Amino acid sequence: MADKSSSNAYWKANVRLIQVCLVIWALVSFGFGIILRPMLMGIKVGGADLGFWFAQQGSIFVFLVLIFVYAWRMNQLDREHGVEE
Amino acid sequence: MEQYTLNIIVVGLSFALYIGIAIWARAGSTSEFYAAGRGVHPVVNGMATAADWMSAASFISMAGLLAFGGYQTSLFLMGWTGGYVLLALLLAPYLRKFGKYTVPEFVGDRFYSKAARIVAVVCLLAASITYVIGQMKGVGVAFSGFLNISYSTGLWIGAGIVAVYAVLGGMKGITYTQVAQYCVLIFAYTIPAIFISLQLTGNFLPQIGLFGTHLESGQPLLAKLDEVVTQLGFTQYTAHTTSTLNMVLYTASLMIGTAGLPHVIVRFFTVPRVADARWSAGWALVFIAILYTTAPAVGAMARLNFITTVYPGGDITQPLEMEARPNWMKNWEATGLLTIEDKNGDGKIDFTADEATNEVTKLDRDIMVLANPEIAGLPGWVIALVVAGGLAAALSTAAGLLMAISSAVSHDLIKGVFNPNISEKSELMAARISMLVAIVIATLLGLNPPGFAAQVVALAFGIAAASLFPVILLGIFSKRINKQGAIAGMLAGLLSTLLYIFAYKGWFFIPGTAFATTPILGIAPEAFGAVGAIINFIVAFVVSNATEETPEEIQELVESIRVPKGAGAATGH
Repeated sequence: MADKSSSNAYWKANVRLIQVCLVIWALVSFGFGIILRPMLMGIKVGGADLGFWFAQQGSIFVFLVLIFVYAWRMNQLDREHGVEE
Repeated sequence: MEQYTLNIIVVGLSFALYIGIAIWARAGSTSEFYAAGRGVHPVVNGMATAADWMSAASFISMAGLLAFGGYQTSLFLMGWTGGYVLLALLLAPYLRKFGKYTVPEFVGDRFYSKAARIVAVVCLLAASITYVIGQMKGVGVAFSGFLNISYSTGLWIGAGIVAVYAVLGGMKGITYTQVAQYCVLIFAYTIPAIFISLQLTGNFLPQIGLFGTHLESGQPLLAKLDEVVTQLGFTQYTAHTTSTLNMVLYTASLMIGTAGLPHVIVRFFTVPRVADARWSAGWALVFIAILYTTAPAVGAMARLNFITTVYPGGDITQPLEMEARPNWMKNWEATGLLTIEDKNGDGKIDFTADEATNEVTKLDRDIMVLANPEIAGLPGWVIALVVAGGLAAALSTAAGLLMAISSAVSHDLIKGVFNPNISEKSELMAARISMLVAIVIATLLGLNPPGFAAQVVALAFGIAAASLFPVILLGIFSKRINKQGAIAGMLAGLLSTLLYIFAYKGWFFIPGTAFATTPILGIAPEAFGAVGAIINFIVAFVVSNATEETPEEIQELVESIRVPKGAGAATGH
């Protein structure tokens, strides 16, 4: 079992990473895809605008990247803090 | 060869494959039955999760919704994929570390309360049973529409196939069958989309074709679509015309609901390690994204294709002659899903947004995916494949839901509450019997679907979002939330969401009993799950802080699920 202080530091780093990922998650979907769409109207993407692209495709691609980056970074953190299986 | 014979052959082959897998993947222990022995590779589990998740609604209905809803309906695309980020970051790794078999089991252990476990079982059953009815209906419709087999016979055949592999193999049989079902459904979905994208834009990737150039007019595809729909009086395809608040909450409800649906969560119990649970959520989204990024292209192209069929060359002054309409239109008219009525008797089809002059009086959205291969003039085997794909989507989701239902009954109620000393052998038998009973009940409900079948999916997501997701999340990320807080939170979230849905849709969906008409702040009943979740969070916090500290051993349990180390021990039981 890892000692208490190490596992606290591990948990803090994990929560920080989750926060960053969730901010990006909300920004691309609720932000670019819906609320901020009017501000992105000027940027054209093939017959529509950037906000439309984020709502229909872009957000899904970003979700994918977020999950894989999180998994990769957490596996690193697991090893750094000695809590891997 | 006749289309009907081809359909029978392709569907028959796919069913033979599922049965073959079932015999190979029999379950010998409760661990294999509930969690496939925790030996599923993360990529394989991702593929099974994708099939489990993508139902008849994703396969058949979503592209049609997008085709007619335009930009607004992007909320389904974001909502039904964004939940996987929440799952991967907030739930899956910790629940895998916890290492038990069901969602109510986690709730019961973490909140040291049988009552909490039973409330969770009730939420799970309500969400899963309402959801499974829609899948069974999809199976019956596919059989009666394509295979000339009556709705009820078709339903029993489908139920029989699921019974063989789910009762025999449990989660193990279901997982490996779902992998095969994923392959069938994704192939069936993308092949027609690729051909149509090639025809319209010259680009074989529908994802790029959607934002590409319409070959015939030389304009961007979406600009062309916007132009023709507005000429006919419909709202612009890419414009945002509904309430922003509602769209945000609706998207959030679908995301949170996705992450809280028990049949999705339990999939992450089947992988060997915590790290695999993280990867597996990513792989699941990869396989889901292949369909979900194709769907908007299918929708937009189908809408454009339909309009240019009615107005050849896109000239809205020259509608199609009634007599000259293509065969696929006549075929779909025979099913009653498409009706064309020559109101002004000019022998031409006028398709407009104006109710009084519009002559396409019924155009069921579900036609869009099913008729796609015919519209694009693709060979008969592609049409047969689409039928098999629709069945694969419905059967794989039904099996996943039935698994969640039966394990809640055998593991949470029978072993957890009524008879804790049950032997492993008897529990396995109980699990198989509950599976069989669940299949029979789901089939009977599918035979006489309650009139509200279309609305219940909103209910399933609302319940999952407002009751289960918040307590699981709080159970992992807060040590302070105790038994009282969790139970009060679940009940508050569940009841407020049910009240809001029933207020606008009638008590238990009985027509005439709705007592509210104008939604508060424009929030649709389907979008209320996110609000219910917030109510759940607040109540859980307030009640927990007003009552006892959580016991020492529970705080240690929370500490232990937060670190991956030691999960191996959980596989052995």
